[in-house]
Amino acid sequence: MATMMKTPTAKSSGTQSGLSRRAFIGTAGALVVTFSFAGRLLAQEKGKGPKLPGSLAKAPELDSWLRVEADGTVTIFTGKAELGQGIKTAIAQIAAEELDVPIARLRIVTADTAETPNEGYTAGSQSIQDSGGAVRQAAAEARAALVALAAERLGIAADRLETANGAVRVRGGTQTIGYGDLLGGKRLDRKAEGKVKPKEPSRYEIVGTSVPRFDIPAKVYGRPAYVQDIRLPGMIHGRVVHPPSYGATLASVDDAKIATLPGVLKVVRNGSFLGVIAEREEQAIRAADALKASAKWQESAALPDMKAMPAWLEANVDVVDRVVNGVPKEGPVPDAIARDGVDRVEATYTKSYTMHGSIGPSAAVAEMKDGGMTVWSHSQGVYPLRDTIALMLKIDKKNIRVIHTEGSGCYGHNAADDAGGDAAMLAAALPGRPVRVQWMRADEHGWEPYGSAMLLKASAGLTRDGRIAYWNYDLWSTSHGTRPRGRPPGNQLSAAWHMADPQPLPKAEVVKGRHSAEYRNSDPIYDVGDSRIVRHFSQEMPLRVSSTRSLGAYANVFAIESFMDELAAKAKIDPVVFRLNHLKDQRAKDVLLAATRTAGWRERTGPTKPGGARVRGQGVGFAQYKNEKCYACVVVDLEVDRGSGAVQLLRATIAGEAGQYINPNGIANQLEGGFVQSASWTLKEQVTFDRTRITSLDWAGYPILTFPEVPEVETHVINRSDLPSLGAGEASQGPSSAAIANAIFDAIGVRLRDLPLTPDKIKSAIG
Amino acid sequence: MAEMITLRVNGQSHSVAAEPDTPLLYILRNDLGLSGPKFGCGLAQCGACTVLAGGEAIRSCSVPVSAAARKDITTLEGIGTPEKPHPLQAAFVAEQAAQCGYCISGMIMQAKALLDRNAKLSDGELRQGMAGNLCRCGTHTRIVKAIKRAAKDMGA
Repeated sequence: MATMMKTPTAKSSGTQSGLSRRAFIGTAGALVVTFSFAGRLLAQEKGKGPKLPGSLAKAPELDSWLRVEADGTVTIFTGKAELGQGIKTAIAQIAAEELDVPIARLRIVTADTAETPNEGYTAGSQSIQDSGGAVRQAAAEARAALVALAAERLGIAADRLETANGAVRVRGGTQTIGYGDLLGGKRLDRKAEGKVKPKEPSRYEIVGTSVPRFDIPAKVYGRPAYVQDIRLPGMIHGRVVHPPSYGATLASVDDAKIATLPGVLKVVRNGSFLGVIAEREEQAIRAADALKASAKWQESAALPDMKAMPAWLEANVDVVDRVVNGVPKEGPVPDAIARDGVDRVEATYTKSYTMHGSIGPSAAVAEMKDGGMTVWSHSQGVYPLRDTIALMLKIDKKNIRVIHTEGSGCYGHNAADDAGGDAAMLAAALPGRPVRVQWMRADEHGWEPYGSAMLLKASAGLTRDGRIAYWNYDLWSTSHGTRPRGRPPGNQLSAAWHMADPQPLPKAEVVKGRHSAEYRNSDPIYDVGDSRIVRHFSQEMPLRVSSTRSLGAYANVFAIESFMDELAAKAKIDPVVFRLNHLKDQRAKDVLLAATRTAGWRERTGPTKPGGARVRGQGVGFAQYKNEKCYACVVVDLEVDRGSGAVQLLRATIAGEAGQYINPNGIANQLEGGFVQSASWTLKEQVTFDRTRITSLDWAGYPILTFPEVPEVETHVINRSDLPSLGAGEASQGPSSAAIANAIFDAIGVRLRDLPLTPDKIKSAIG
Repeated sequence: MAEMITLRVNGQSHSVAAEPDTPLLYILRNDLGLSGPKFGCGLAQCGACTVLAGGEAIRSCSVPVSAAARKDITTLEGIGTPEKPHPLQAAFVAEQAAQCGYCISGMIMQAKALLDRNAKLSDGELRQGMAGNLCRCGTHTRIVKAIKRAAKDMGA
């Protein structure tokens, strides 16, 4: 398996793209950017016949997914991108398993508009199902086709043949013929039909094992691994000067003087878009600083009062609709449910704006040459980014190629696409040389799309014997999805908003898919009797927002799982028992029991609330992501300093179940990382702003969890080989937040409902 | 004005023409072609750019190249290779201690400075010593395990 940042295209691809890939990793000579944009990608058409799994339905040509090279190596093409979640390795495991090829003989090509199928965005924990499902079926059909070819070649019936080690062999005989020899570098040239059955999971040898991630060695030995590490011959450096606030317009700047600074090749000004290109990186940074100092902007105080965001959300509603089984419904919204003879419990929860906060600011490299544009980007959707850059620059998308190259982690829509747009703007202004752009820290903190603020109100009826009789839940939010769309109106790239002929960010879309966006996981998995779940959505975006890991599920699960805890306390029933009493799904129960047993759950009928200056508490949070994906339960043990309100996390115990697991160590890594990130959001994080500007512009202004604050984490991954594989990348975000809030309640006996749960809030709650 | 500056990096001498106040990071990455040290914040707040200068962990984004000229600089590339890994590199692979991995170069270099001084440090000392290095994917627990594994290997 290649360990370089991007597997070079095989020489037999028939395009020149392989050269360019080698050029940027510095092992070959001339840079070639005159790609064959038609490439080897085949027309993607709607599947006919049996239903094909995952993305295969949209791209049924087997050659779109895999290619057997003459030397017996196999190249797999996936439209999904490696984000540090390990998808490259997981897809390789699936392909190696179905093809009976040693995993070391596989190469994986990820999201590239000239090479891979269009699988949209790498998002929503969908990759294992979309791309994994497609690769599994495509590989199974390819293997069957190879057996058929061998049968013809050898004159032996196919049922007397078997496959192993990248070859077809005669059962019980010695005769073998390698896949490479069978095809001789030719394409399979056939469509998936969905008739070949993939392997039985009981026969799995590679799937279900913790194959080490392919991408880790390069990262540990300091080899080029990221878009930030791209070095092309003749590459120059760009920086963009962002306006000081949303909507600010550039009144004046002394660009002529700054153009004479050492190394400066060009100052690019297009309306309020301001950028600079220089020979050396530090020269570009100095020139950008000089531009920033010289620029005069017109700004207005257009932001809401940060402290009154919940009121703003309630006052700016555009859409109200009822969510039933995770889907918004047309029609009138009924009044809140109420019932006599049962206790009514109510609670209101809030979430502030949060950042993706990638450690490496977003970056991209773009080159305009011979009318074609190539962009290397860590975008989670190379096709939509291509189309959106085309829209911005008014060039044909056929002349743009976007190649995914890893960036710094974020799990969501950070500024990756914007940096791609910036690089494209600068490259278009200075054709002929590749331009590398990296945002500075304040750019990333100030201009990335945040996770939306939310307001959640829950009320429920509780019977005397501790059962939930009815359930009301209202949620308020701005958008969770403003990723590049590649079509009018407007544009999602920040550069496009600032052009002289601007393409502004359009009004937020009202999403209606199942368990999408702000109402993801708003529907409790519990048996709650009659329920009324209502979304109150504002299409306005006072702060720029978009998809942040798990979208609305984080705040919804925080609210629902906190509220379940409140109900349990009110009913004087143990919180775990109370949940089990309202769960029918055995898989859910198994996960809840696995985590609580491992953690040493202490049964209680109310908060433990021990005495002393430093008090310990234990809490639980549980959810099934989107009510149909990975199950995750988190138990948190922590200590609260009653004097300062400071929380020290002591231990987290996680159980997860995602059907047939592909790579258990990979799932554990995702669940653990999700816990730590969620703990950071929950205890510390809040984007700050005054009435004009974002004010949290560095790590001092937006602190995140550090090593001394991270607890021991124990993770237990349950395998269900009888069930389909599910994505696990976002499953622990919600349960972790509630487990922390519930543990604080257990420690101090007071409920914290406003995220983040900072020491000052805890101190004042203790009183 | 650009000056010729001589640097000793990973055991080799290099002469580069640069303004003396240029942050060391850009010289390492762009003139010497090293990919280990990363730009994270430019403010010495995150640790992604950490390298060793005379064995001390420094934030190369905030140290002018002129100040580093007389010191022995070591980057991630200088401590080991896949064929001959440093115990920390082997341990990070063994523990699969990365997600996106952008912070990992800084993590390993910071940990090397800590372990070189005291390979028997406590869990609390280790966490305090790593407190200035940020990770966004939440890989902290694996990073701690990897450093402890390396500490054991280095002590052996």
